[in-house]
Amino acid sequence: MKKTIFTTLSLLFVLSVCVSAKVTVEDEDYYKKFRDKDITLSVFNWGEYISDGSEGSLDVIKEFEEISGIKVVYSNFETNEDLYAKMSASKNNPQYDIIIPSDYMISRMINEGMLEKLNFKNIPNITMIDDKYRYPDFDPKGEYSVPYTWGTVGIIYNTKYVDEEDIGSWDLMWNKKYAGNILMFQNSRDAYGIALKMLGYSLNSTNRDEIEEATDLLKQQRSVNQAYVMDQTFDKMEDESAYIAAYYAGDCLTMMENNENLAFYYPKEGFNVFIDSACIPKGAKNKEAAEAFINFLCETEIAKANCEYISYFTPHTEAAKDIEFDERIYPTDEQLGKAESYIALPDNINSLYDSSWIEVRSSLDISEMVIVGIILGLALSVLIMLTILRRTKKGKINY
Amino acid sequence: MKISSKVAFPYVLWVLFFTVIPFILVIYYAATSKDTGAITLENLANASRYFPVLIRSVYLAIIATAICLVIAYPLAFTMSRCSKRTQRVILLLVMLPMWMNFLLRTYAWIKILDNNGIINSFLADIGLPKLQLINNSGAVVLGMVYNYLPFMIMPLYSIMTKIDKSVIEASQDLGCNSLQVITKTVLPLSFPGILTGITVTFVPAVSTFVISGLLGGSNCFLIGDLIQQQFLGNEYNLHYGAATSLMLMVVVFISMGIFNSFDNDEMEDSMI
Repeated sequence: MKKTIFTTLSLLFVLSVCVSAKVTVEDEDYYKKFRDKDITLSVFNWGEYISDGSEGSLDVIKEFEEISGIKVVYSNFETNEDLYAKMSASKNNPQYDIIIPSDYMISRMINEGMLEKLNFKNIPNITMIDDKYRYPDFDPKGEYSVPYTWGTVGIIYNTKYVDEEDIGSWDLMWNKKYAGNILMFQNSRDAYGIALKMLGYSLNSTNRDEIEEATDLLKQQRSVNQAYVMDQTFDKMEDESAYIAAYYAGDCLTMMENNENLAFYYPKEGFNVFIDSACIPKGAKNKEAAEAFINFLCETEIAKANCEYISYFTPHTEAAKDIEFDERIYPTDEQLGKAESYIALPDNINSLYDSSWIEVRSSLDISEMVIVGIILGLALSVLIMLTILRRTKKGKINY
Repeated sequence: MKISSKVAFPYVLWVLFFTVIPFILVIYYAATSKDTGAITLENLANASRYFPVLIRSVYLAIIATAICLVIAYPLAFTMSRCSKRTQRVILLLVMLPMWMNFLLRTYAWIKILDNNGIINSFLADIGLPKLQLINNSGAVVLGMVYNYLPFMIMPLYSIMTKIDKSVIEASQDLGCNSLQVITKTVLPLSFPGILTGITVTFVPAVSTFVISGLLGGSNCFLIGDLIQQQFLGNEYNLHYGAATSLMLMVVVFISMGIFNSFDNDEMEDSMI
């Protein structure tokens, strides 16, 4: 018994030594100037989107706090729209110093003047970010954002139920053979992205006819679709309650690790590639410290730890060299050539997408209309009967 | 009278800040344009395009409320006739599911009903064909009944405990058979409880979005989902969202008006 305790203790000791070993950074003095200034940074990020020390990974926030003496308050948002709603509630006096939105939301925020221009003198590690991601469509001069992760959308399917000859294209999502076992994205942008790509159009289309065509296609898709989901995709694919789903490649890998019947491919028509980047909201109180945090995210060791934890791809050239990406989901250059990222659309086109999407989701089919008619008719007749009953009853009392 | 109005002061403040002012804001947003801020009926006109969604929500909520009533009414009556001890136990059982988070309970239903969920894997194990239990309106109604049944039981139970045993005995003495005891005595006396039960079940059922999102599949997009989409969708349009909410509120208001008119009449009748 004593021996076990001893072994456990010594193991713990060894582990703690391993954990507390300092991360190597490019220039440690750079971070030292913030010491003893009592600075607090507020970081707003996606859930489970930073290496947090669980399962032996590196605790990025803790490391940053130790090296710079800056206190970090970390919180999560669920969707880009959620972030946008919170940001627009406190314009010019943001609650956050660092946010990590996705491409189209960044370009929308740039258009609406919600972001600060970054001072790259304070972010020397920017040189290690791959130029392919450094100047994306949503921030062509790379003035406002520093790429954090990038990823892709593809199709995950179950080899036990789906025939090999049916795969290769987005049309698997429309295949009647698998009716009732297909999962589509819940958000309008990703769903329309798929339909537009299937038709051979840009997924940033602003052409009303093209959007209308995509709407019709999505209405057809609804008849074979099981449900419109986001995170539920994990459960439904892993326990084989659904066979086909469009989802983010990094997450698909997680599902494939949990169920070996699952496989993944990039549709030949092209797909969405997204970039999530670190930005500083307009009016942030500690801009310089925030830039130091962004610089810290670009340290090779940190970028590597984050990439391994999140299992999306990293835009960091040095970190990417060290990580072996799973070839089942890593896109080839040829495939990436057909990929496209989202940009912000004008307000009226956004409204069109949203209202068309609601139209797709809400239209009633004929059999349902009959049932609705019968039920409402019944309810109405019960009401009328009760009223008549009441009248006659009153009449009786009056006599 | 004066004292009672003073005591109600905290609640008056509460209603003012958290009901009246928000309601005015909803109307304000619904009636103004997103771009110019000018008064317009455009949002409401647009919201009315989604009337089919509203109809679907109303009819699913009606079915769920009706099922709740059918299950809850006999239970509440039986419960009220039991000994105090048994009543406490049953009450505990009724309330037990509500100690768990609403979302968790609904997630649990996914696990039970899914194509490879608990029921279907059991059926497959004993060699029976699988059933389509989830992703249809039936599953949504089930979710509503499961979650809102206690709301129906509670008001019915509390009113039934107030029906004195002697009243029932009197009606039996006067020659009522057991059916007549129910229709002539228990039903009229418990009528206010039925109305309260219907109100507190129907209103959350008609505006739900979590249940339909998780259990409804592709074909159960409800008014609650629509409103959520306006506030958290790609477009982020408070004005549309407010207009849709207002449309829902009007429908709820009208149905409550209808229910309450029954209430008043019954009260008068029983007074006479």
